[in-house]
Amino acid sequence: MRLRTRLAVEATAAVNQLSRHIGTGSGTVAGGRVGLAIAPGALADLGRGRTVAVVSGTNGKTTTTRLLAAALETSGASVVTNATGSNMPAGHFSALASGPREAPAVLETDEGYLPATLRELSPRLALLLNLSRDQLDRSNEVRMVAKRWRDALAGSTCTVVANADDPLVVFGARSAPSVLWVAAGVHWRADAGGCPACGGRIRFAQGTWSCSCGFARPVPDVALEERGEETTAMFADGRRFTIHLAIPGGFNRRNAVMAAAAAEVLGVPADRALEAMGKVEGVAGRFSVHSVRGVPTRLLLAKNPAGWDELLELVAGDTGPIVIAINARVADGRDPSWLWDVPFERLGSRPIVASGERSADLSVRLHYAGLEHRRVKDPLEAVLAASRSAQPGVSVEFIGNYTAFHDLLAKSPLA
Amino acid sequence: MTVLRIAVVYPDLLGTYGDGGNGLVLFRRAERRGIAVELIQATSDAALPAVDLYTLGGGEDGPQVLATERLGEAGTLAEAVANGAVVLAVCAGYQIVGARFPAADGAPVDGLGLLDAITEKSQGRRPVGEIVVESELEGVGMLTGFENHGGLTTLGPSASPLGRVCIGIGNGDGTDGACSGRVVGTYLHGPVLARNPALADLLLSWATGRALAPLDDHRELDLHRERLEASLGRRGRRRG
Repeated sequence: MRLRTRLAVEATAAVNQLSRHIGTGSGTVAGGRVGLAIAPGALADLGRGRTVAVVSGTNGKTTTTRLLAAALETSGASVVTNATGSNMPAGHFSALASGPREAPAVLETDEGYLPATLRELSPRLALLLNLSRDQLDRSNEVRMVAKRWRDALAGSTCTVVANADDPLVVFGARSAPSVLWVAAGVHWRADAGGCPACGGRIRFAQGTWSCSCGFARPVPDVALEERGEETTAMFADGRRFTIHLAIPGGFNRRNAVMAAAAAEVLGVPADRALEAMGKVEGVAGRFSVHSVRGVPTRLLLAKNPAGWDELLELVAGDTGPIVIAINARVADGRDPSWLWDVPFERLGSRPIVASGERSADLSVRLHYAGLEHRRVKDPLEAVLAASRSAQPGVSVEFIGNYTAFHDLLAKSPLA
Repeated sequence: MTVLRIAVVYPDLLGTYGDGGNGLVLFRRAERRGIAVELIQATSDAALPAVDLYTLGGGEDGPQVLATERLGEAGTLAEAVANGAVVLAVCAGYQIVGARFPAADGAPVDGLGLLDAITEKSQGRRPVGEIVVESELEGVGMLTGFENHGGLTTLGPSASPLGRVCIGIGNGDGTDGACSGRVVGTYLHGPVLARNPALADLLLSWATGRALAPLDDHRELDLHRERLEASLGRRGRRRG
């Protein structure tokens, strides 16, 4: 390691420790920024000589990163990862600087930063989950993200594990020299109607999709079978695994299958990988029950229509109170128009509290969904208000978008 | 008319920013007044139905061109407008109902020509952000929305602007949108009618040909006021 890089690593550790100590952050971004300022080439330097896997896509990155890291840990090596979702260069630097020099790294990567990350870190593997509309005030078009993936992967040497059911992911991934296709499903198709290859119209039918220009779903190497709550992964060589996870939701089981396929590429057999993933509980505060001013509250994060689509599937049928908190800061995207793409109608009849800095937007949306609700702008107060309509022993469900979730999480210890 | 029919045009191609919300807002506001109403999600794989009120949303460059081709071939929308149908077209939809707009590579594409408006690629920074427009349509007043578009639009003599831009970019010349007869285009994208119930009711009154009873709009008006204040400061309260 170059002297400058070593200096940068030490400075990163010191700043991150300070940041955690004074409580200004989760202690990953500030230090990484300092490190990169001291040694701009250090990211590539830290990536050399170890296995690096990157995980990218619009939704499920943080959880899938955690699942893949858990799988790789079964090899006995300590794995470095950006577990709190700091998924840009500073977060990558902090993660790589945080453990032994040779430790394998699993890095959640912002979809916009994937091309730069491929260039700098030359990862061994890229796990590509899904692409859909998110923060359009920043990225403008999801198709442009797919095109940048395609261009970056065409020149890379990494093995790609990609979702064969998402046309935008396939368009971005198929230029890579080696791709393992997983039929991981996609519920949200509203962004894939126009063919990314020719501009024509993609037709979805009987579990597959194609365009008249010849762009079509690749033959999957790993297929999925879903029956109610049971998800089974079927590998091309005939092996079948039923997925059992501690974290809830069909979307997490589908992500686990992708992570298992990725783990095999990195030398961990799928059965061992899935067993380790089954033990993962909360992921960066998500899915677990926290105490919000004494009220047991299950915290969930959804920040765009596709993510909401999946969470609504998860909470459908619950009848306890639910708080929905929406902000529109830069990290959330400043345009909450996407609330009108979310089928809130599926929440059905249950006590609902609209909250967050953009609760007025949410309240109008819920009103047109025909849902009775209250509006309490402050999320803490909203949880307290919701708890008053909870039956004894029933926890409150809280779904926030990015900053609304993180603000509440920071104030709420595990219950 | 026995049943008011509203169609969201090609939600599979044009609906990037929650634009489908406009159809839903119109539908519910008619329904709440006891008007028999039907909301149709008119996807691009079927023939566009003839209805009383159409909404068009935003879309990415490729799907925008595809939607224009399909609408032009079928001719249904132009025919309906000639027969008095009402159209609300936002963002890419606004450009589509105009005379011409640029494709992704900059090549000009013929629009449907329902509005005398020509769109060209913006040379400066992409206009992205909150936008406030003082509307010239009767009873509509201040409009609040969000814009995100790569083109700027120049109106010809047979279209008039929707209004004057107070905050934001809009058409790029101090105005936003265009109106011609019962066709309204605007860069206020996404669910513009959710933030501006007065505009929704104007379109509904055109489509039904009658004056509409007031609704309990306290949520909508709270939102309208909040967004105006966020953009204009306190003076938004007085003018809104």
